[in-house]
Amino acid sequence: MTVAVQGRARKERRDREPRAGLIARLRRSYDQHWYAWVMCTPVVVVLAVLVGYPLVQGVILTFTNANSLNVGRTIGVNHIPDSYTWVGFQNYVDLLTGPDNQLVPHFVWTIVWTVVCVVLTVGTGLGLAVLMNRKMRGRAVYRMLLILPWAVPTFVTVFSWRLLLSDGGAVDGLLGALHLPQPSWLSDPLAMKVAAILVNTWVGFPFMMLSFLGGLQSIPSELYEAAEMDGATPWQRFTQVTLPGLRPVSSTVTLLGIIWTFNQFNVIYLLFGSNGTDSVQILVTYAYQLFFGQMPQDYAGSAAVGVICLSLLVVFTGFYRRWMSRNEAAA
Amino acid sequence: MRRGIAAAVLAAAIAVSASACGSSSSGSTGSGAKADGPVTITWWDTSDATNEAPTYQALVSDFEKANPNITVKYVNVPFADAQTKFQTAAGSKGAPDVLRADVGWTSGFAKAGYLVPLDGTAATADSASFEKQLVTQAGYSGHQYGVPLVTDTLGLMYNKALFTKAGITKAPTTWDELKADAALIKQKDGVDGFEFNAASYYAMPFLYGEGTDMIDSTSQKITINSAAAVKGIDTIKSLLASPGVTKLDTTANAYATMMDKFGSGKVAMIVQGPWETTNVYKGSAFSDKTNFGVAAVPAGSSGKSGAPIGGHNLVAYAGSDAAHQAASEKFIAFMTSAASQATIATKNATLPTRTDAYTSAVTSNPGIAAFQSILTAGVPRPAVPEYSSMYTPFNTELLKILAGQESTQAGLNNASIAIKKLLPSYATQ
Repeated sequence: MTVAVQGRARKERRDREPRAGLIARLRRSYDQHWYAWVMCTPVVVVLAVLVGYPLVQGVILTFTNANSLNVGRTIGVNHIPDSYTWVGFQNYVDLLTGPDNQLVPHFVWTIVWTVVCVVLTVGTGLGLAVLMNRKMRGRAVYRMLLILPWAVPTFVTVFSWRLLLSDGGAVDGLLGALHLPQPSWLSDPLAMKVAAILVNTWVGFPFMMLSFLGGLQSIPSELYEAAEMDGATPWQRFTQVTLPGLRPVSSTVTLLGIIWTFNQFNVIYLLFGSNGTDSVQILVTYAYQLFFGQMPQDYAGSAAVGVICLSLLVVFTGFYRRWMSRNEAAA
Repeated sequence: MRRGIAAAVLAAAIAVSASACGSSSSGSTGSGAKADGPVTITWWDTSDATNEAPTYQALVSDFEKANPNITVKYVNVPFADAQTKFQTAAGSKGAPDVLRADVGWTSGFAKAGYLVPLDGTAATADSASFEKQLVTQAGYSGHQYGVPLVTDTLGLMYNKALFTKAGITKAPTTWDELKADAALIKQKDGVDGFEFNAASYYAMPFLYGEGTDMIDSTSQKITINSAAAVKGIDTIKSLLASPGVTKLDTTANAYATMMDKFGSGKVAMIVQGPWETTNVYKGSAFSDKTNFGVAAVPAGSSGKSGAPIGGHNLVAYAGSDAAHQAASEKFIAFMTSAASQATIATKNATLPTRTDAYTSAVTSNPGIAAFQSILTAGVPRPAVPEYSSMYTPFNTELLKILAGQESTQAGLNNASIAIKKLLPSYATQ
């Protein structure tokens, strides 16, 4: 977080005074804001130790072929020296060119998963928020009920869904009663993906709804009255007043939603377990699988997948932020 | 700011995974207890928690009675998780003093330095009484690291009553015969004839049936994607598509579901090992134990049938201190003694590993007798420490192949690439 504050401050300053040298700027910044630097120091140190050091180590690891067999260790009487070697970009080349056809399917599925889940959660959340924002009887009760999936611990929700979706469970029973096909939600690859998306939507929409409700309540009712006076239809009022009014909220929750869904470990892992369900693993669960789910544990491969995830999100967030600020400037 | 949060969160996520692979410190479970003082050792048992564990727990209390200074903390760890769980624990802290390790894990764990050699200790005093081959497979580079506790192989379990009702007089000996029998059973009895447990270990008979294996250790070659192996896996595919065979089930509880169905007579044949015999006898279809039939697994197109020889060794963790190790060795010796093995065999219907444990009570158990007769057809694993690790990539690809996501050849090629990483010196094809 600190890093971002510094980054932004520096950037703004550069916008304003493009000619000042780096050292001069730092000195001026120090003169003016030395107390801020002092107050930041503990956070910077803690982050450097807790985040920076392991991150650097993880990145270094991706250039080796380290796994649980060739990393040195001493266990009681047995001393085993390090025997892993430097392999350069080999891990990345292997992953990206996919000789064993591993990363690319997971990557494609991760993107599909993220896009579909975010569209569904944001869409459902927005729709329900608009519904909830009207004066009606028992509004508090509805809100409570709709927040429930979010308030319940994820593992409880996911395990309940696992019961509902299992072969011969309630969902298949219902489909059978309606004479519809009954897919094996927890073992057929395509049905598994559908099930994962549905469960994640169920887990994710209440947060979106709450955020949008907050956003909706901050839109002054005068705007709606004025729009009505101008003869705007309800749809026009929604697109011309509600959506622009929600922009600060919607851009933030969409970004959050994308990052959360991209890294949504719980739903996939708890719903399908780790054994033998390779096709439904997103990048993070795949990295986990490489690290903890197999023998020997592939430290280097797992770290490389992690670094690829990180790079993807950093690049994406950069673009998204730029796109949003351009939109804001245009608005 | 937003980007900052994202970056920080992501960095933290990576950090968590990266920090776990720092240099492993030596894990010592003991707190430096004196050699003659009271010691508590931890045993991770990987046997079935409901059907097999009570026998082992009873033996543990017998051991504690005989050795009042030693307390055994019994922990039942699900077999499917035990391999990764132990290696994670062995690399840091919390590893058990004694583990019931699959025979395939033993040499791999020994190579990784997790195990203490047991040569010349109390644990291996009786080595001469054990089946020679089983002692050999518990060794690595000239040392003995495990003491064989039970041995097993896969067989074709069948329901005799369902066979008779369908007019079948003997167990199928080839996969084609099995297909025909399954269809007949479905037609006559209205229940499924055969269910395949979709896991790489259970796919091994299909490779052996074509005269191949995952690797050829004599010529140092990876053979998992050979033409013969492709043919073997295609046999599974055609089996799953034929009438009277249960459709592919890869859910987390597929195994338990299959056992329930076999036990209650809803499936007539399964490929399974002796460790499930007690469980099968509990089923409603086998209240009369004579209804239970065991035959060798069917043969492939090569005309040969083969099933992997499995089983479990007791191994001791290298990170335990001397007092714990001494106690562990005593415990291993007790658990693998002829008397204990006979008890385990009669109660759990698993096969003993030492010749003097085959008492008349043991051999009169029909489940044991049946499996003992097919044990001779079992295929031992190549003496390669990485061998059991190969099941993992093979399993991943097998499920994709059977679900129709990959062609057999493409899937096995991927498995070959993954195995090459484990055995860099081996040739691929």
